[in-house]
Amino acid sequence: MLAMNYRGPYRIRADRDMPYPEILHPGDAIVKVTRSCICGSDLHLYHGMVPDTRIGTTFGHEFIGTVVETGSEVTRLKTGDNVLVPFNIACGACPFCKQELFGNCHESNPEATAVGGIFGYSHTAGGFNGGQAEYVRVPYADVGPYVIPEWMDMDDAVMLTDVFPTGYQAAEMGGIKMGDTVVVFGAGPIGIMAAKCAWLFGAGRVIVIDHIEYRLEFARQYAQCEAYNFKSLEDPVLFLKKTTDFFGADVCIDAVGCEAAGSALQTITGRKLMLQAGSATALHWAINSVKKGGIVSIVGVYGPTTNMVPIGNVVNKGLTIRANQASVKRLLPRLIDHVQKGHVDPKGLITHRLPLAEVPDAYRIFSSKLDNCIKTVLIP
Amino acid sequence: MENKELFGHIKGWGVDADPKNEPTYPMKKYTGDDHKRLNYDRPTLQPVTNEILHSNERPGVTAVFGTGQPPEGLSGAMRRYAFRYSEGSFSHWLPLLLADRVQMVEALVDDVKKGQIPDLIAEKGYKAEWKYNRAGVIRKGLMLAAVGALVILAVVQRNKRK
Repeated sequence: MLAMNYRGPYRIRADRDMPYPEILHPGDAIVKVTRSCICGSDLHLYHGMVPDTRIGTTFGHEFIGTVVETGSEVTRLKTGDNVLVPFNIACGACPFCKQELFGNCHESNPEATAVGGIFGYSHTAGGFNGGQAEYVRVPYADVGPYVIPEWMDMDDAVMLTDVFPTGYQAAEMGGIKMGDTVVVFGAGPIGIMAAKCAWLFGAGRVIVIDHIEYRLEFARQYAQCEAYNFKSLEDPVLFLKKTTDFFGADVCIDAVGCEAAGSALQTITGRKLMLQAGSATALHWAINSVKKGGIVSIVGVYGPTTNMVPIGNVVNKGLTIRANQASVKRLLPRLIDHVQKGHVDPKGLITHRLPLAEVPDAYRIFSSKLDNCIKTVLIP
Repeated sequence: MENKELFGHIKGWGVDADPKNEPTYPMKKYTGDDHKRLNYDRPTLQPVTNEILHSNERPGVTAVFGTGQPPEGLSGAMRRYAFRYSEGSFSHWLPLLLADRVQMVEALVDDVKKGQIPDLIAEKGYKAEWKYNRAGVIRKGLMLAAVGALVILAVVQRNKRK
């Protein structure tokens, strides 16, 4: 079958000889993929920054499709169902899943305890092949996959597998109170979505910080927020202090993660020399820009080793830091309601559609931010 | 000014505002069940049919796992070594990163052995770069050519001096 095939940093193939997935567990289903996205966090894999990313892996944790085969224990899904598949692989039975921490399942990733299984996200996340393929194996098919309502646009459905839930949870973890000033670092799809969702929680002011001008303009239009280019600010922390009467933001959201720009020291040690798990510039700014007693919400992805962050300021300012992979299954009913009521238009983030056969070009476009790309959908 | 006037243009403004949203996720639905530790009904276990490395911070493999790309060759040996150390140790992660680079070379050798020369232009998506960033590609090409010319010049001059 046709699938994306990772060959090393910045090298991928659209490979027509990849093996079809098999049912390996009675709770598995095989899904024929109809749409698959490239996520910003896929770029960390593509850039070779995630340990144990083995050659031959198929990426892709944002996908929807049609069930074509089910294992003997699957009762809730049947062949022909159109499903959206949360990016977390979750058993639904362990104490963490019972607590609705579906991104922290204890029964889906043997290789690491810090993170649950994720489709197509290296062996550090369980070694599962992902959905940038014609077919994909979906474990725990009775737990995660959600039958797509008939009224729902398929483009909205694929955005519900990660982007919308992650953006929403970023805002939710911020514990936003009516009238709060919320600063979002990063104007990628997740950052833009987090800014949009901050309004749902009653934010009084939403500010996005990035350095890619076309993305800032997109954020202004899509999320109806303020957006500033940190390259023109000189010192973004000072700017944010000044614009909040020298108090700092009530809530800061890091929606960038380990490939942040903006600090030569962080970039050289984190992205070039890999002496730390990527560049933690956005997190650094978030900690320093939030008010005393404020909340920093982290959804940006970092590697597992270590990062330079001003933890002393976290202590001295009495900050609360909340972070997690989005618990997609937990959020879906609420988010589907938001789509139906027209509060959020997830598909509005999609700017590019390419056939799966052009997956290397699709990665290049997204990675190099070509052609004003915000979000790319692959069609097998 | 009323909130309705201030934010009326933003669809859904405040519909999820909830003063009780504290403590919010991830503590929101805390059950206390984690005190029972591993004493829960595990799902059916996936049969282990090839080598699956597992973190030494857990007693064995999870109920499901991916089976692709089992450890092989030198990179596989490095991965096995890495898994002797816990996730809190650099001795776990750094060998894994190094193994990734070693496997890249192993895969390249395998490709060549099979007579399959990698199409780097296609694999690196240069077609898209050429289409959308032609000036950048030309600039990069000229820079590389200039650096190459300087290196050649330096070597030639060095040889002349000898």
